[in-house]
Amino acid sequence: MAEAILTATDLVKHYPIKGGVLRRTVGHVKAVDGVSFELLKGETLGIVGESGCGKSTLGRLLMRLEEPTSGSVVFDGVDMYAQRGRAMRKLRRDIQIVFQDPYTSLNPRKTVGDIVGEPFDIHPDVVPKKGRRKAVQDLLDLVGLNPEHINRYPHQFSGGQRQRIGIARGIALNPKVLICDEPVSALDVSVQAQVVNLMEKLQDELGLSYIFIAHDLSVVRHISDRVGVMYLGKMAELGEEDDIYGRPTHPYTQALLSAVPVPDPTLRDKKEQIVLKGDVPSPANPPSGCRFHTRCWKAQDKCKTDIPLLEMRPDGVATHLSACHFAQPREIIETVDVSDQQDEVGNTV
Amino acid sequence: MTEASTIAVGAEAGAPTGGQADEGRSLASDAWRQLKRNPIFWVSVTLIVLFIVMAAVPQLFTNVDPNAAVLKQARERPNANAWFGRDIQGYDIYARTIYGARASILVGVLTTLVTVVIGVTMGVLAGYYGGWLDSLVSRITDMFFAIPLLLGGILFMSTFPNDENSRYLVVVGKVVLVMAVFGWPSIARLMRSSVLQVKPNDYVQAARALGASPWRIIRSHVMPNALAPVIVVSTINLGVFITVEATLSFLGIGLTPPAVSWGVAISDALVALRTTPHILLFPSLFLSLAVLAFIMLGDAVRDAFDPKSR
Repeated sequence: MAEAILTATDLVKHYPIKGGVLRRTVGHVKAVDGVSFELLKGETLGIVGESGCGKSTLGRLLMRLEEPTSGSVVFDGVDMYAQRGRAMRKLRRDIQIVFQDPYTSLNPRKTVGDIVGEPFDIHPDVVPKKGRRKAVQDLLDLVGLNPEHINRYPHQFSGGQRQRIGIARGIALNPKVLICDEPVSALDVSVQAQVVNLMEKLQDELGLSYIFIAHDLSVVRHISDRVGVMYLGKMAELGEEDDIYGRPTHPYTQALLSAVPVPDPTLRDKKEQIVLKGDVPSPANPPSGCRFHTRCWKAQDKCKTDIPLLEMRPDGVATHLSACHFAQPREIIETVDVSDQQDEVGNTV
Repeated sequence: MTEASTIAVGAEAGAPTGGQADEGRSLASDAWRQLKRNPIFWVSVTLIVLFIVMAAVPQLFTNVDPNAAVLKQARERPNANAWFGRDIQGYDIYARTIYGARASILVGVLTTLVTVVIGVTMGVLAGYYGGWLDSLVSRITDMFFAIPLLLGGILFMSTFPNDENSRYLVVVGKVVLVMAVFGWPSIARLMRSSVLQVKPNDYVQAARALGASPWRIIRSHVMPNALAPVIVVSTINLGVFITVEATLSFLGIGLTPPAVSWGVAISDALVALRTTPHILLFPSLFLSLAVLAFIMLGDAVRDAFDPKSR
């Protein structure tokens, strides 16, 4: 097994809610509440969950765009949140981000050359000044854009092309980890495939590790080696892609997977759909015990009081980590048929 | 697939932009290329240069003394001797208008510059850093908003009045000072809200993620994207300042004779508006032209620095 390049331990991010005339803190939005995982060298870790579950906050914490309330991230043997000034800047070279919305992630008043070249301006020792233009053009070429378009502005490109520019900026400093915060969810499906394939190609060529945050389960499955499922700021289930999709043990994962559209009409009827009751509770006042107990069909009294830890469950036959007291594998998707077909398609692509 | 998509994307981008693909370009050089081709830019620059020359060396345009009153010929209509006619005191309107450019341009340009510098700085600090700094700046601007510009001007100028021995620059400086003090809060507010709009954009976050310093982020990401409304409002304000100076002068507490300005001339002309409208026409025409020139320049510059408008 490859060694871990990034280890998050008990990451917590609470945003204070201020109220009243004196702006006193009257509560906390628990956006991320005790998340731990490891990212291995060269792997892709997918993070899925519905809107508001803390995926993006997690990404921002890993980038140190936000300071955590508590917890630690060890990156390549270095405690990230202990770094200051110069050391932190040096660390930033190794961990970069690709944003969700290609329309707000590029400065509209800069040329593509300036945007992709900015990393070199901030870290001037990476590429000598003379070679920068060449380096930028090489990057554009690498992500499948015409290097001659270096003097164009972002609005002259389509969404997919803009996302490629964002990726080029992300990989300019040759990082070890790239955090992708829903990099394809703003693109239409055909362009999604192009961008996902580009990311896979770059991973092979540059040996990148990805944290791939998304809400599209099919895309995550396509690109990920391992998958983590988040619910209300906590990790509900974490394991190999095959385990999560084939033998999900957490009821929330099972419900999520049952909602994935099945492309094959003959299989579609066989599929059972688990429809959850109610809405996601407010992260400002999450349920006690297991956060999912308010919507879970398996919930017992224990779930309301005891917080289930993320560990190997169920005893004896466990294949991966799950945070459910009553974890039981359950086949949701006709895994054999579908994944074989997907793989075939994937290979020919 | 990746190969195919690469080609497809390349083709999708359409026809290449004309020439110079090998030359590195930046927003500033692109903006300059754009400006050079814009006739409005050249018209406004010509006008502004003309007014500045007028303000600096009025003797070039006329050798008539603006303070030479020929009472006998008061209210004369435009003729060969006095091109723009004479006003109620018998002053040559052409000479007064030429000499008036100095005070008006000085007051308008200086006040605009000071308000923009203070307002933008405060607005960026408040908007970008937020927290207590934002509260402080916002409350200060609130305080100044409570006092109207004209009232503040009257209070200040009557507290520190000019006398005949005051030096020209001191007189002008006082007017500039009082208008700048009451004028910067509106620019600061505008800039603050504009910065608040730009700040959450992902490109600002991306720059932070790359390790850019706050100064770099403000300079190269926040300012270029937040300045457009300030450019528009401050060029319009330039005209407002020139007219407020006129109002103060009309009340006898702004520029005092023998200083001449367009504002003073306009105020003087109002009493005889029905019988001799030409006295009002010429100084107001110059004032309008000057304000128009600055507004056009502001517009041209704003458009040139917005790649989407090309």
